[in-house]
Amino acid sequence: MSTAILETNGLTKHYGNFKAVQDLSLRVQRGSINGFLGQNGAGKSSTIRMLLGMMRPTAGSGRIFDLQIDKPDESIEIRKRAAFVSEDKRLYDYMTVAQIIHFTRSFFPRWRSDLEQRMLREFGLPLDRKVKKLSKGMRTQTALLLAFCRGAEILILDEPTEGLDPVNIEKVLQLLVAFAAEGTTVFFSSHQIAEVEQIAEHIFIIDKGRLLVDDSLDRMKEEYRRISLVFDNPPEPSSFALDGIERITTADRTMSIFASGNADRIVAQAKALHATSVEVLPVNLKEIFLEGLRAR
Amino acid sequence: MFVKPNPASGMPIYVQMMEQIKHAVETGALRPGDQLPGIRSLAETLVMNPNTVAKVYRELEHQGILDLRHGMGAFVTSKARVTARTNRVQAAEPLVKQLVERLRKQGLSEEQIRRLFEAELIREEELMRSAK
Repeated sequence: MSTAILETNGLTKHYGNFKAVQDLSLRVQRGSINGFLGQNGAGKSSTIRMLLGMMRPTAGSGRIFDLQIDKPDESIEIRKRAAFVSEDKRLYDYMTVAQIIHFTRSFFPRWRSDLEQRMLREFGLPLDRKVKKLSKGMRTQTALLLAFCRGAEILILDEPTEGLDPVNIEKVLQLLVAFAAEGTTVFFSSHQIAEVEQIAEHIFIIDKGRLLVDDSLDRMKEEYRRISLVFDNPPEPSSFALDGIERITTADRTMSIFASGNADRIVAQAKALHATSVEVLPVNLKEIFLEGLRAR
Repeated sequence: MFVKPNPASGMPIYVQMMEQIKHAVETGALRPGDQLPGIRSLAETLVMNPNTVAKVYRELEHQGILDLRHGMGAFVTSKARVTARTNRVQAAEPLVKQLVERLRKQGLSEEQIRRLFEAELIREEELMRSAK
């Protein structure tokens, strides 16, 4: 499809012998909200840094809009049109909040003053305080304000809710939702599976530098199932040679199957093998995330 | 009128929202001709993905419960209530099937199952009557 606003092909980053990102191919659709999940050190931040031209890929390529991420002149253009919040929320520490807003807005002709006022009001940021003296939460909020008000076509956010309390997290999610309603694309990483599950429609899970899951959240919830079986004598797991089975665990008479699809066929097979009880349960993103990592 | 869906549920958010709207139609909280909130407004109020709201409205249009008028918004159709009820009966079928299968497996006869269902319905009726 030609509606991908961001695309990578075989994106790879090695630090010496350490393979931070391996053969990563992503496609992000214009106007969608995408969650990027993974454990610490899974390669999320390295991927985002490559997307924004802050680090060169060892191999592979990527583009945002129609601009190549590894070409310096095109990367500058990308950074004019894409807003970005880094993991470390890097800001000029010696400026006050008012100064850094004034300074930043001068670079962006499409600056959203309406949004600036709304965010200042909702976050209650102290305009006269030096950035250096801000709490971790306020620092995150300031970085978000500077990124959100730029009038960007895509938001690429590394841990945008880090250090925020639940009320302020909800405010940030609400802003992201409002952006998506205006057609802005959102790509954000988070450790908080619940917030990804709340607003994202597409999920990428990365583990040890490799893409583990690349799927629509609705489809996953419709297809993934945990199937609990009871047998008089449990069969060998090998008697369930069916597509969609991710993991089978047996304990005494019970057998638990975690499936990424094909639940009907698995249930039929269980009945053919004389299961005395069959229960099929839906699963949420947290279970899919944890099971996905365990299966590796 | 609507409550925030539960994102941590195994049920997709769009299914939860479709249920809420159908329920509102069945109870009469939403009536034929009523206009639903705009996509952006509902997405912001419930802090959910606007593309998901759009999907909910599209699916409900497909089911005959909403009428999407271009540039005007989403409206409850005149036959929405009947359709929502029919849908609910259809959705209940697999539940009943599952329960009957389970009771059969526990060794209950067809006649016993039928009597259990009838007894339960009568018990509820009596409870309702005594509450009046």
